Amino acid sequence: MTTLDISVPGPVSAAGDAVLSFEDLSVTFKTEFGDVHAVKGIDLEVRPGEVVALVGESGSGKSVTSMTALGLLPRNARIGGTIRVGDKVVGGLDGRGLRNMRGNDVAMVFQEPMTALNPVLTIGDQLTEGLQLHGIAYGKQAIARAAELLTMVGIPEPERRLKQYPHELSGGQRQRVVIAMAIACDPKVIIADEPTTALDVTVQADILDLLRSLKDKLNTGILLITHNMGVVADMADRVAVMLKGDLVETGTADQVLNHPRHEYTKRLLAAVPHLGAGPGQFGDVAPVVAAPEDLPALDLGNLVIEYHRVGKPTFRAVDDVSLSVAQGEIVGLVGESGSGKSTIAKCALGLIPAASGSVSILGTDFNKMRGKELKAMRRRIGVVFQDPASSLNPRLPIGDVIAEPLVVHKEGDERSRRRRVLELLDAVELPRSVYNRYPHELSGGQRQRVSIARALTLDPELLVADEPTSALDVSVQANVLKMFTALQERYKFACLFVSHDLAVIDLLAHRVVVLQNGRIVEQGPREDVLHHPREEYTQRLIAAAPVPEPLEQRRRREARHALLNKLGDDIAELHIEDDYERPQPKRDEVGNPSGLAGYGGDGGN
Amino acid sequence: MSDIRNTAPDGEKYEPHVSATSTDAIGLAAGGSAGPLPGEDKSYSQGQLVARRFFRHKAALGSMIVLGLIIVVAFTSIGIGPIPGWWPKGYTLQYDKIGDGAPTWAYPFGQDTGGKDYFALVMRGTQFSLIIAFSVGIISTIVGTLIGAVAGFYRGWLEAILMRLTDVFIVIPLLVVAAVLGKTASGWGIWGLALVLGLVTWTSLARLVRGEVLSLRERDFVLAAQAVGTSPWRIITRHVLPNSVGVIIVSATLAIASAILLETSLSYLGFGVQAPDTSLGTLIDEYQAAFATRPWLFWWPGMLILTIALCVNFIGDGLRDAFDPRQNRNKD
Repeated sequence: MTTLDISVPGPVSAAGDAVLSFEDLSVTFKTEFGDVHAVKGIDLEVRPGEVVALVGESGSGKSVTSMTALGLLPRNARIGGTIRVGDKVVGGLDGRGLRNMRGNDVAMVFQEPMTALNPVLTIGDQLTEGLQLHGIAYGKQAIARAAELLTMVGIPEPERRLKQYPHELSGGQRQRVVIAMAIACDPKVIIADEPTTALDVTVQADILDLLRSLKDKLNTGILLITHNMGVVADMADRVAVMLKGDLVETGTADQVLNHPRHEYTKRLLAAVPHLGAGPGQFGDVAPVVAAPEDLPALDLGNLVIEYHRVGKPTFRAVDDVSLSVAQGEIVGLVGESGSGKSTIAKCALGLIPAASGSVSILGTDFNKMRGKELKAMRRRIGVVFQDPASSLNPRLPIGDVIAEPLVVHKEGDERSRRRRVLELLDAVELPRSVYNRYPHELSGGQRQRVSIARALTLDPELLVADEPTSALDVSVQANVLKMFTALQERYKFACLFVSHDLAVIDLLAHRVVVLQNGRIVEQGPREDVLHHPREEYTQRLIAAAPVPEPLEQRRRREARHALLNKLGDDIAELHIEDDYERPQPKRDEVGNPSGLAGYGGDGGN
Repeated sequence: MSDIRNTAPDGEKYEPHVSATSTDAIGLAAGGSAGPLPGEDKSYSQGQLVARRFFRHKAALGSMIVLGLIIVVAFTSIGIGPIPGWWPKGYTLQYDKIGDGAPTWAYPFGQDTGGKDYFALVMRGTQFSLIIAFSVGIISTIVGTLIGAVAGFYRGWLEAILMRLTDVFIVIPLLVVAAVLGKTASGWGIWGLALVLGLVTWTSLARLVRGEVLSLRERDFVLAAQAVGTSPWRIITRHVLPNSVGVIIVSATLAIASAILLETSLSYLGFGVQAPDTSLGTLIDEYQAAFATRPWLFWWPGMLILTIALCVNFIGDGLRDAFDPRQNRNKD
């Protein structure tokens, strides 16, 4: 661990004893629109104690590939080729054999721990279920083993946690429970499908640390499915890049990330924003032109926002927040989930009232306006939301969507509106032919361009962008960000840019505001906050954000561990007692685990 | 669900139909895809897609044809109001009875006890039943949609009042209210009856629309419209209601089917359409005693009620499947 040489991916066993292997795997789905070839003949193997990252953008077939290993594809899928888990061939197993294999030989860690856990069963019930089904332990023994598992994944007070329900745990703890369930039967290989995508960046770093120590200490193979190049750089020994159902490149993390050979890999890596590289990655950001005596585009003064809940105490989502956005300035609002950043954005749009404090747009207080005045003020603010699927009215063609603000403010006639829409379509680099198309005919990136065009229809002085790129694939995000910087330079709007992604903020913002639990932790110019953070929380946040370069990421990881040590925190890792015994499923005379005996051999599945 | 094709280096290539060919596992598992067919370059609106799916639904299409035939025959045969029809016999005149009045070529539906042409009578009854059913469907849809949309969109005290009002209407037995009010209202002819029935049957739609609006008003495009300064009324009519049109149309259809049955029950009980007007329910009521000796007097109106109600229900099913293709993937 002390050397920084990563060209040799750790202790790799001989090629023959892979714990998971795909040979010439192909998957075809029958749909009403004909056959869809999701996976087109790929070869891949995972060896013990190795992390293989399967990388690709949405629709590349990476999740489908992983599901074949568990035999969990829907009925309309046809699978070709051979999948081996340990010494078993998945295609040759009946229902009982598959159930026996799942958990025992291969386990899964899902993306969203809230939906992966059953909300009406206690943690204990869910942990012991697998143990009992596979005949590893029963009754009190199983409960003791479950507590041991929770200790291993670093959950304090395991006995108390066993009696709790999933909603009583935080997101990170839930994902730890899912990992505990995955290792309960000591599988040879774990498939982790985007295990950290739903988590905050500091929690993500902990979960990755945990997974890493898991493969080191238990020698488990991990197939890590992700779209995040930073996670790949942090975790992977080997990387396989998937594009439209094909593997376009495989190699060690160093080979693929630092010396990519395939055109697509290069493009993918070039599209990843790099924390620390500053602006200019996707087009230059114009310097702020406003003179200091100009009125700020947005000024929040001691803003407090509260949510009133029936039967519960009022929840204070935003507490005493003061920030201002100068004209032509991009201010990045950063924070983890629940920090109140979206609430502030909605309040700046006048969609949520402030409990106290002031919201001024160009010197006029939003809260004091009513009726016509308010409507007139609103035309000076544009908005872009996160989810391109829900931010466009599915019943309106694109032309109408973009022209809608003009119609609402009764501006121009049919022809001038049409001209404005076509001009905006050009500005956001969409072909004019989308004028008559409907949102469902466009891809996510295209829809987000339409969203941005709509926000700019009325030439606003202030744009509020609430995570505008976080639902997009990385290369689409790069294009949208490139376009965004170009538009900002051209139209000179001020922007409140809400994001959880520090790298995106780093390449875009003039100033950065860091939020935690509804309060401002730190704010200042981008270089100061992101490159020389003063506050402990900001330091943690930045240390936890992975960068897509294995060597640098290793350095960052060690720096983070040093920081955590300094701050007196634990580094997440698997806690294994010296007398830890690997669970052995009890087998009956035929060789089946006794726990499954009750499940008849009908094989129906 | 963005597609990998949009990652071309020179910006995203414009390619429609992503939803149909996307290889996303979840989309495929759900089976239903709202996208247009690949290989066709025409642009389809949501409405056109719905129409395509509806016309592929055989039972609904067949029902549509049958119902259309019934409507055309009912209105053209004996004419309506001053306009004469092509059927030579009237529904008020008494003719010489042929035998016991069983169906013959001259009287295809037979004759009633007094010698009236039963075909003309049944057509007259069908006309009235259809008029009542469709009026009730339209009135209850308008009232229900308005109340549901306003309650769901504005929330607060307005919602509380409207939904309690709905609750009150739900707890009163429908048949009793309809009977009491209907008796009074049928003094104004069938339109009075249709109005009264429409004003007591909107409750289920109001609840459905409210639920739909509650979820739609949280969607980002509604927030975006609010942020631009769109008036509440415009948000409701342009952004919210068009997106709940599926729910509204489907339940309007089903409201028509239940209105036919409600009118029949009322008329059978003697509270509905009053003589000299007639409806299918009134006919059954009038000739129920003749069922044993002259069964055609019962069967013709009975079969027509059944056919119309069945057709409308099938059309409703077809519409539901067309509006929400994800619900009907059990055929695969």
